[in-house]
Amino acid sequence: MKLKMTTISRRQALVMMAATSAAGLMGVPALADASAVADKIKSITGGAAVGDGADIMLDLPEIAENGNAVKVAFDIDSPMTADSYVKAVHVFADGNPTPDVASFNYSPASGACGASTRMRLAKTQNIIVLAEMGDGSFQQASATVKVTIGGCGG
Amino acid sequence: MAKIKPRVKVPKKAEAGEVVEIKALISHPMHTGRAKDKKGNVIPRKIINAFRVEFNGAEIFSVNLEPAVSANPYVAFPFKVTGAGTFNFIWVEDGGAEFTASKDMKLA
Repeated sequence: MKLKMTTISRRQALVMMAATSAAGLMGVPALADASAVADKIKSITGGAAVGDGADIMLDLPEIAENGNAVKVAFDIDSPMTADSYVKAVHVFADGNPTPDVASFNYSPASGACGASTRMRLAKTQNIIVLAEMGDGSFQQASATVKVTIGGCGG
Repeated sequence: MAKIKPRVKVPKKAEAGEVVEIKALISHPMHTGRAKDKKGNVIPRKIINAFRVEFNGAEIFSVNLEPAVSANPYVAFPFKVTGAGTFNFIWVEDGGAEFTASKDMKLA
């Protein structure tokens, strides 16, 4: 990411500060928060209880230097048979402009459950992984990623 | 716009019952609809919003992608080999354009 440093006068600085705080009051740079993620999870689970996800192995960096591409990977220990399989896995980030990152859909034909991809993170935040099982139960795991430079562009 | 080019990596041979890793990447800017160009105009959202994989015609895996997925979206996933066959990879862009790739795998 390219950052252009320009010197600004005290007057400009004051104007910018005023603009920023006004925007802050109106909530313009609206970032999702934990409640947005909770709402999303509720809309998927329909209020069902969510397990603690002991079978979900998360692979996330503790510190991401560049929020533009942060590795996110998970592995779920499941036999992946018609009786017991993972139907879908949803990944959420609670500090991004929108909480959704991606949803992965599986079938018993997959034979194994896991995935690895790269996501954008605007700031330091929690990543929540919600697994939807074939029998209608849910498991959840989460981790915090510290982000040095955000990846939202603009 | 840079050319949108899919790349996939599938083992040429695998044993039945083995779990192999399939890797798929497509070069795509994944415009979130939030970034601005040099003139300050918002670049409209244009992302790959869906990716699915078929093995011998049956869907085995799919992903719904959101703007939070990085540019040049990369997805790797495991697959338990049941027999030889052909993988079809389909990426869908906002607006409905599809990009495809296919790979064969033999039994070892």
